[in-house]
Amino acid sequence: MSKPMQIRTMAEYAAGGEIPEVLFWVGCAGSFDDRAKKITKAFVRILNAANVKFAVLGQEESCTGDPARRAGNEFLFQMQALTNVTVLNGYGVKRIVTACPHCFNTLKNEYPALGGTYEVMHHTQFINALMKEGRIKVEGGSFKGKRITFHDPCYLGRGNNEYEAPREVLLKLDAALVELKRSKQNGLCCGAGGAQMFKEAEPGKREVNVERSEEALAAEPAVIAAGCPFCNTMLTDGVKHFNKEGEVKVLDIAELIAQAGEL
Amino acid sequence: MGIGSIIFLLLVGAASWLFARNIMRVRRNILLGKDEVINDRRSERWAVMARVALGQSKMVVRPIAGFLHIIVYAGFVIINIEVLEIIIDGIFGTHRVLSFMGGFYDFLIGSFEWLALGVWLACAIFLVRRNIIKLKRFVMKELDGWPRTDANLILSTEIALMTAFLLMNAADWSLQQRGAEHYTAAGAFPVSSVIASALSNCSIASLILIERICWWFHIIGILAFLNYLPYSKHLHILLAFPNTWYSKLKPKTEIANMERVTGEVMSMLDPSVQPPAPAVPRVVAGYEVADRFGAKDVFDLSWKSLMDAYSCTECGRCTSECPANITGKLLSPRKIMMDTRDRMEEVGKVIDAKGKWEDDGNSLHTRITEEELWACTTCNACTQACPVNIDPVNIIVEMRRYLVMEESKTRPALTSMFNNVENNGAPWAFGPDRRMEWTES
Ligand code: SF4
Ligand code: SF4
Repeated sequence: MSKPMQIRTMAEYAAGGEIPEVLFWVGCAGSFDDRAKKITKAFVRILNAANVKFAVLGQEESCTGDPARRAGNEFLFQMQALTNVTVLNGYGVKRIVTACPHCFNTLKNEYPALGGTYEVMHHTQFINALMKEGRIKVEGGSFKGKRITFHDPCYLGRGNNEYEAPREVLLKLDAALVELKRSKQNGLCCGAGGAQMFKEAEPGKREVNVERSEEALAAEPAVIAAGCPFCNTMLTDGVKHFNKEGEVKVLDIAELIAQAGEL
Repeated sequence: MGIGSIIFLLLVGAASWLFARNIMRVRRNILLGKDEVINDRRSERWAVMARVALGQSKMVVRPIAGFLHIIVYAGFVIINIEVLEIIIDGIFGTHRVLSFMGGFYDFLIGSFEWLALGVWLACAIFLVRRNIIKLKRFVMKELDGWPRTDANLILSTEIALMTAFLLMNAADWSLQQRGAEHYTAAGAFPVSSVIASALSNCSIASLILIERICWWFHIIGILAFLNYLPYSKHLHILLAFPNTWYSKLKPKTEIANMERVTGEVMSMLDPSVQPPAPAVPRVVAGYEVADRFGAKDVFDLSWKSLMDAYSCTECGRCTSECPANITGKLLSPRKIMMDTRDRMEEVGKVIDAKGKWEDDGNSLHTRITEEELWACTTCNACTQACPVNIDPVNIIVEMRRYLVMEESKTRPALTSMFNNVENNGAPWAFGPDRRMEWTES
């Protein structure tokens, strides 16, 4: 874990007249949220280990506008989207990978209507491809035989029909993958989507993340695997609610792979 | 032509006329919505319709209810083939006019009977689930009053119709056995021949009376049912087909772009771009609908959302999967659809009465509160669960758009999120200069 990370910005690539293989869209959570920053770094370690020539936008990256659109502020969404599209098209970006299913959904599905068409991948899809191409190898490692359960992010699963990539990656850990009662198409939301992350929950009997974490804990896993920084926060809080943080870890798939492969 | 035939013809004619009028009214109400062109990926659309509406693929996700529903549905469709014969017999005073098909006819009548029994039992089980077992999704508050009565009425009517059908056959079969005039032997009666044993003491005259009463009850029942559909959640048996054809085929979490906003934002970002000309107001039912952002009333929703509302079966599968509802929030996607339909009907009644729409001071927001709208996580569990591919999220987002962009009504924390995105390019108070800080530690 000690190797320094190799990170270059799109501007640096452009200055050197080089074109990166892929743009890593870090996202706001990945840039600013302390928990999510760890996911960002884990993913960078994987990219480095696989010798992927990737770039980040750095200061030129701005919120995709996802929470604004979902909260009904279409003006703000389009301001963000059109500004980002100008930057992305300015660099001639073709491929994007991101560790956030909300950025993924917006970039992939909603930017084309505003002039931004890219090949967009979720990091679990990207890691899966790297593994299939043999660019990174992870065998079991510290998670061998452990019970791991995966919480489907709504915006990756139901939203974009990707259920297999994260599971294929997890299988590489030689862990015991246990499915939750509500999984895949029927997966229960963590409670953060639709801009809920940025507001108080409306009045109710309990919090959505508590409901979901209870179900995840019932599967008695050693690790709850997540694929979204917001799900990660919600589930981490939920596990704390049940005072289980000592026994059960909430980890992103990138973190699991980086740890298992000692990258 | 006998008097019976004349009454029969008059009844069928009146029922068809009423039905056509009802359907035109439903169509007019759906078209109160905004225009939206949906005609891409046509072969995929036919496939979705075949799979979801005809094949009931999303019903069987819950195997017991799915299985029972398929029996009722198949029974409803197939037994109605029999109506064809009933109509011909009714007009010409014949008896089982299609019996010339011989063995095949016997097979048909025999299978109708088994199906009728199946429908009878399935409806009885459905009634038990609703009223005795009281499944949670059937006892929720939004079903109080008419919706619950509607559901029970439909199930009881189906049971009554099936009873009449089987009793009619039983009397007919007994008459055939006794060689009564007019009742020539035709058909096979695996179920009603058993019931017929209860009729063994009846005279030929009373058998004929029973047969006639049931025959009339059955056909009048069907005609009445047809005209009941437009007032009931049962309209889904017709609208499920077009509604699934017009399904959203795009990724579930994709929210459609508001082109009207794009022009304005482009001119804000680049002063050399001309702002778009103000939209020409749309006139609906003699009423000039203000051009606004998002949905205040049914006029502002896509016609597809309104068709969704008319197609809703009120099954509550959406609500039972909704994370907000499961955790006790006010939001219920089923209620969103029911409220939309009720509002559309309310507007339609004014138009019926006055010949045009006059603002009544109410809107969708009179029925659907902010608390409901702000509880949605846009997780799309509801759209996934819906057996007829209804999209409540679209209505929720359109109504949020109206609240935010027209009324500046939002939740305080969302206002600060908006400000942060606008000023810092992030939903939190971190400026772009700090975007690379994660690389440092
Ligand atoms: S998208 Fe909204 S209404 Fe639909 S299930 Fe999720 S939270 Fe409920
Ligand atoms: S929207 Fe669909 S799932 Fe929900 S009650 Fe209506 S028919 Fe059922």
